[in-house]
Amino acid sequence: MSGFIAGLCVAILPLLAAGFWLGRRTARTENLGGLGTPVEHATFETLHTASLAAPPLRAGLTEETARKSARRLRSLLGTDALCLTDEKQVLVWDGVGGHHRTEIMELLAGPLESGRGEAFPLTCDTPDCPVRWAVVAPLTVDDRVHGALVACAPRESAVLVRAAGEVARWVSVQLELADLDQSRTRLIEAEIKALRAQISPHFIFNSLAVIASFVRTDPERARELLLEFADFTRYSFRRHGDFTTLADELHAIDHYLALVRARFGDRLSVTLQIAPEVLPVALPFLCLQPLVENAVKHGLEGKADKCRIQITAQDAGAEALVVIEDDGAGMDPVLLRRILAGEVSPSGGIGLSNVDDRLRQVYGDDYGLVIETAPGAGMKITARLPKYQPGVHSAGRLARG
Amino acid sequence: MNSSYAVPAVALVVLATVLVGAFGLRISRTTSDFYVASRTVGPRLNAAAISGEYLSAASFLGIAGLVLVQGPEMLWYPVGYTAGYLVLLLFVAAPLRRSGAYTLPDFAEARLSSQAVRRLAGAFVVGTGWLYLLPQLQGAGLTLTVLTGAPDSLGGLIVAVVVVAIVAAGGMRSITFVQAFQYWLKLTALLVPALFLILAWQGDGAPSRAFDEPATFRERSVVRVDDTLDLTLDRPLTVTVSGTIDGRAHDNDRLRLPAGTHRVEDGTRLTFAKGGDVPERDRGAGGDLSPSQAESRGERPLYATYGLILATFLGTMGLPHVVVRFYTSPHGVAARRTTVAVLGLIGAFYLLPPVYGALGRLYAPELTLSGDADAAVLLLPDRVIGGLGGDLLGALIAGGAFAAFLSTASGLTMAVAGVLTQDVLPSRGVRHFRLGTVLAMAVPLAASVLVGGLPVADAVGLAFAVSASSFCPLLVLGIWWRRLTPPGAAAGMLVGGGSALLAVAATMAGFPGAGALHALLAWPALWSVPLGFLTMVLVSLATPGRVPAGTAAILARFHLPEDLRAEVKA
Repeated sequence: MSGFIAGLCVAILPLLAAGFWLGRRTARTENLGGLGTPVEHATFETLHTASLAAPPLRAGLTEETARKSARRLRSLLGTDALCLTDEKQVLVWDGVGGHHRTEIMELLAGPLESGRGEAFPLTCDTPDCPVRWAVVAPLTVDDRVHGALVACAPRESAVLVRAAGEVARWVSVQLELADLDQSRTRLIEAEIKALRAQISPHFIFNSLAVIASFVRTDPERARELLLEFADFTRYSFRRHGDFTTLADELHAIDHYLALVRARFGDRLSVTLQIAPEVLPVALPFLCLQPLVENAVKHGLEGKADKCRIQITAQDAGAEALVVIEDDGAGMDPVLLRRILAGEVSPSGGIGLSNVDDRLRQVYGDDYGLVIETAPGAGMKITARLPKYQPGVHSAGRLARG
Repeated sequence: MNSSYAVPAVALVVLATVLVGAFGLRISRTTSDFYVASRTVGPRLNAAAISGEYLSAASFLGIAGLVLVQGPEMLWYPVGYTAGYLVLLLFVAAPLRRSGAYTLPDFAEARLSSQAVRRLAGAFVVGTGWLYLLPQLQGAGLTLTVLTGAPDSLGGLIVAVVVVAIVAAGGMRSITFVQAFQYWLKLTALLVPALFLILAWQGDGAPSRAFDEPATFRERSVVRVDDTLDLTLDRPLTVTVSGTIDGRAHDNDRLRLPAGTHRVEDGTRLTFAKGGDVPERDRGAGGDLSPSQAESRGERPLYATYGLILATFLGTMGLPHVVVRFYTSPHGVAARRTTVAVLGLIGAFYLLPPVYGALGRLYAPELTLSGDADAAVLLLPDRVIGGLGGDLLGALIAGGAFAAFLSTASGLTMAVAGVLTQDVLPSRGVRHFRLGTVLAMAVPLAASVLVGGLPVADAVGLAFAVSASSFCPLLVLGIWWRRLTPPGAAAGMLVGGGSALLAVAATMAGFPGAGALHALLAWPALWSVPLGFLTMVLVSLATPGRVPAGTAAILARFHLPEDLRAEVKA
């Protein structure tokens, strides 16, 4: 008997879940009506509908986003049919009278050209066609027409003309924001591209000088170092893909450290603790090497004795945890905060702030660098890398180890 | 069974798991040599880890129990559990790895770029994981009961607490090593006693009985009936009873039961004479909490067998803890090699449980009566070899069984907790992961206390059915069909997986007790998998406008070898 009850509970679970979901979907608008006068209710409802229509439009004007927002926009306007177009074609026709879809682009040629709103009757052969009249309001971004919003009604209505104009202006603002988002993304992309060619020039001079010093005394060592140098620069200058794997990044760090060791000899000791599970994790190109470079700089700065650097990569469920720790001079946290905020430019090399920016850009603000430091206490940098993030794929396969 | 060796063995397994988990990383990888440190997990190590995580209580205890009770038809279980990897190898392994997805919801998002489908896939991962955790906890309860006589639910509780503690504390850091270690532990724990058992059997003059003959008692046996049951006798049977039979109380009375059906109340002690036939247990009736699927299997063997084959063949690819392991492979080719190695390792392991089942029928036939057939593997060394040797071998098996619960349960808990943390609870770091871990374990623990009684291997079969009806269509169509759309995928998962889930719930509730409908609900895969595929295809075809942009590029990434891709882009 108790088995029956238990089974019943299990069977009811999906129903409960469905009910919960339905309740949440339907309850939203009623909840808003709980307070205020009828006028305020109407205002709330309008604002709410507008807020629901906004998110899809923030991704720009495409068929997908138009489809998602058109229903909300139509309920905002209260018309029977609403149509969104770009400069060339109808993106979506929401509501009745879909047979006008084909002819609408010809009628729109004028408004799209002039960028001015217009209202005109629609001719139709169907005797009881519900749409006889249309208002066109252009969607403009930076004074350039990107498309049009067409609201259709059975008869002329001055109210609709006004409302369509206002809604079109509101949509235009959303599209402008989308444009802004895009340019921000482009800016970051450009920054990543710029960063690529930006391995520290000091590092190149120093490496070449070290190699030169070995050419006579130890030609074999010089040759090895040159090859390390070549491998490192090839990795840094490679053209395809914005992302790499943790394994490849570690190899690049190894080449880098080989060159640094040639300069500083025994003063530098590096230990690694890498969980093999996280080696295939994809991450932005050259985002750990600067951290190691930073650790080397801080570790050897103002110290005559040895510097220890510890690199750890751990498996933490859906994330990989990378920790880079040095026992060097450390830094004043206030100064570091100002550097990360971009108020002070770092003294040289690729800054921590750049890595921090890129990680935040790719994975979101929760995934910035976490830095623990104090003057004289060394520095510990922690980076969290999600194992999967939409759009993050490493190009090419892992180097065989 | 003597618990003085088994309990330390179990404790040792738990301790070793924690230690390997915590220090495996340190021992093997602390070095200043980058090339050693950044060596990726090889196919063989990864395959051992996958096998270790995959071979659960159902494999370790359940199959032997089923073979013991129902004979060689049950060999379809190990065949199905293994062959699932063949399907995985052919259709899914390499493209799944190349997709870069870590979990099934990740795959759904990567392929269909839809948050809604991602959430739905997450819900099914949680559902499948809970269904799969349930038999693990039951098996653990059974093992502890057999070992120490503790109440059934206590064992499940102990495993739950241990797993939650290990996972929440982050103790499974070097999880690949832990799971690989668990595989070899499990293999040893079954192989060594099996060799001794076979030697003892040989020394016994290698007795054999055909499976269709009724089992007989080889010596005077005492059986304690834990659940009220009905016995069906073909011939009169002489038995000594202390307890209640057919509503009449007896105290050590020697009875001659006539042919027919007799009801034995729980707590009754039956003593059978040497050489007597083991009476058949009437399954459908009595106080059995949930009617076993055995009944409908008996009525419709062909349907049940095909249902099982389809569920296990296609369900493996949707198990959350299996998919996660493939991420560790460095590239698609390695993922394929890993799968081939898994086939070998699992195939080798599955040779052993049937041996225990067959020997169990010879040496411990009364287990079919007492309802603890799943305990056959644990009890055999004591029965056949006895003495100190038997105790030690029993302890080894007990340790192996515990390794089976621990590895599968911790893998599943990690997977379910990961989905809960990421997609259900707002993700804010480690604290929520711990909450997710507790939640991931609490629900199946509560269910195992409520439901109880379903044979371990059967319960696992149900989890496979749900996985096969929801994730198999998503993965296969997602990888091989360009025109899959988000609404299609969502509808297919809901209809296929949802109907399988409902059927499973109905079966567990014992809803239609018998007949064709019960068979349909107890083995849902045969209709729910095609239903899932059909819905997914039809709805996708009906919404051609919703094919995600960039599908061609995504599919190219799934199917092109990594080397080639780099060259194309360069």
